[in-house]
Amino acid sequence: MGQEILDVLGTTFWMILGIIGIFCLYLAVSGLCYFAHNMYNKGRDKAKGYSSLKTVTFGDESSVVATRAASIAAVITLFLFWGIATGSKLLPIGLPGPFVGDTSFEYTATNAAGDTANATVFVRIHAADNKDAPKPEVFGDGGLSFAKSDVILLPERRTKIIKVQNNDEGGKEDGYKVTAVDGQAISPNQTVPFKDGNVFMTRKGSLSVRPATGVTMEALYLPPPELVWKRFGNLWTNGYLGVGLWENVFWSLIRVVIGFALGCLFGIPLGFAMGLNSWLRGWFEPIVEFMRPVPPLALIPLIIIWFGIGEQGKISLLFLAALWIMTIAARSGVSGVNIAKIHAAYSLGATKRQILSNVILPNSLPEIFTGARVAMGVCWGTVVAAELVAAEKGAGKMIIAASKFQLTDIVIIGIIIIGIIGYGIDVMMRIAENKLVPWKGRG
Amino acid sequence: MSGLIIDDVSMTFELPNGGKVEALKNINLDVKEGELMSVLGPSGCGKSTLLNILAGFLAPTEGVMTLSGEAITGPSSNRGMVFQHGALFEWMNVSKNIGFGPAMKGTPQKEIDAKVEELLDIVGLQEFGEKMIYEMSGGMQQRVALARCLANEPDVILMDEPLGALDALTREKMQSLVLDIWKKTGKTIILITHSVEEALLLGERLLVMAPRPGRVLKEYNLPFAEMGVGADLREVKQHKDFGPTRDEILNMIWDMEEEIMGRTEEA
Repeated sequence: MGQEILDVLGTTFWMILGIIGIFCLYLAVSGLCYFAHNMYNKGRDKAKGYSSLKTVTFGDESSVVATRAASIAAVITLFLFWGIATGSKLLPIGLPGPFVGDTSFEYTATNAAGDTANATVFVRIHAADNKDAPKPEVFGDGGLSFAKSDVILLPERRTKIIKVQNNDEGGKEDGYKVTAVDGQAISPNQTVPFKDGNVFMTRKGSLSVRPATGVTMEALYLPPPELVWKRFGNLWTNGYLGVGLWENVFWSLIRVVIGFALGCLFGIPLGFAMGLNSWLRGWFEPIVEFMRPVPPLALIPLIIIWFGIGEQGKISLLFLAALWIMTIAARSGVSGVNIAKIHAAYSLGATKRQILSNVILPNSLPEIFTGARVAMGVCWGTVVAAELVAAEKGAGKMIIAASKFQLTDIVIIGIIIIGIIGYGIDVMMRIAENKLVPWKGRG
Repeated sequence: MSGLIIDDVSMTFELPNGGKVEALKNINLDVKEGELMSVLGPSGCGKSTLLNILAGFLAPTEGVMTLSGEAITGPSSNRGMVFQHGALFEWMNVSKNIGFGPAMKGTPQKEIDAKVEELLDIVGLQEFGEKMIYEMSGGMQQRVALARCLANEPDVILMDEPLGALDALTREKMQSLVLDIWKKTGKTIILITHSVEEALLLGERLLVMAPRPGRVLKEYNLPFAEMGVGADLREVKQHKDFGPTRDEILNMIWDMEEEIMGRTEEA
């Protein structure tokens, strides 16, 4: 237990260093861009005014607004980092990638009789996707002495053991051993470099060839942008596992819309009832206050036990995710009505029923919309997570299936699409809010 | 038998800690029809409580009130209320706000439209019928609130610091408007204010209230409201009696405030 916590703290420490490193790098680029931006804008500035003195906020309006050029530069920088880290071919320059091609090194062996001889290992390293690469050929006659030349074929970034002694005369005898690689002495558990990588000697005396990996990331972990783009085109036309890309997204959205609509349908009246009636408020408060802090994701196991992995379970889950949020929003919308409005309506001759429909209901709309925005966001997050657990179709299902086959590019595409749609939902909710409750926050 | 009669009204609030606050004690008032009465007093003197009781939002613990001979037992459209702030309906435009009372009573839309048109004219918002409330300045919003109250043709208009949130210039214009409306419509108006000058200008009759228990300390009958109708209010303030009366009332309120502060310090 104590050791585990120490391990966690250690990991955290290294993570902090990593985060600071990446962040500083990103910030440094930001500084450079800022410098360039200012140089470019020098002399173009119109009347400056004193807006730079408004450091924080004026009323509701922040005097700090996002510089769009910075946002664009930031996104481009992100893609540049991505391209550089993955050795993208779209960029004219890049970090050194893994070695691919033919190379060789020489080893020196001593036989039982105490003679020494040299032979060459011809190494061919092929690209990860070129699985039909032929084995290299041995140049010359393979050596006149007891040591004979060898060949080895391996994919980029991989390591392979070669038993050079197997084809050497007397290689099986006691006393035979490899003593040097490219003239550098080697013994078990030692590593020596050759021109395109290094060679490690195992405990038993075999050689393990490790070609240079470069410093770019392997496509398995992070594919370069062009590969992701290519995969996107492929997904667009062919889909994945027989389900179209947009069909997956569509199914996720349908679940969200139905679950959210059900949540509104029951949550809003429930919230109204709780806001207007003491008994009903008391009756429902324990369950609402208990269910509100339960993350919807924690309900997934129970939902699967009850409803299985079909649509009913997912829609029930989203319904539950939206229900409490909408209930609480409607309740606080009703409770938050300014008493002066109610009093004014009464002294204008309105009846209770009229006040309910003409004052309390419209007055609660801004709160309900705020709740709806939150609920939509939560539903979208929940549906993706639910699909990760079990689904036939859906954005989450697509990426979890792809991850099982290590198709990182599909996973990345899925994440980007999920992000864009989540953002799109929020933008649409905001537009609807401006259209339908323009008085929000201006009472 | 018309007018507003307040007969021995008391209001006691029970505090959660078991204590009691006498917000009003034995208030007796007889407000004639068409009278313009202003009520002044330090915070906590019960003036807002009095207004809320008159409007029917609060039931007094003792005493009765009658309007035109009928007992007041709750809110009703014959007593309109103008609030300081936040009582307009932001989801309706100006015309809808003004026509709210008649619409609730089921008045035909045509009549409502005509009424709204007329009231927009009276409060000087002819062009603003289609505007939304949040698009208007504070002064304009109070004009709407006034018009909305008038649309119901109440017998009594209760104003709870209606001009308290306005800037000085707008406030002066609105004071003239209140006087105009009083004269034009002949309504009984009871206006609560924190400003001594406003109370002098907008009160044929001025009540100074005192706290703990809330009671009427002194009553004035003043000529300034009548003088102010259609006239420049700044000239009214130059009247030889205006300054001395103002100072007298100010001193009275200062004394009360000091007494309150003293008591709080002792406690």
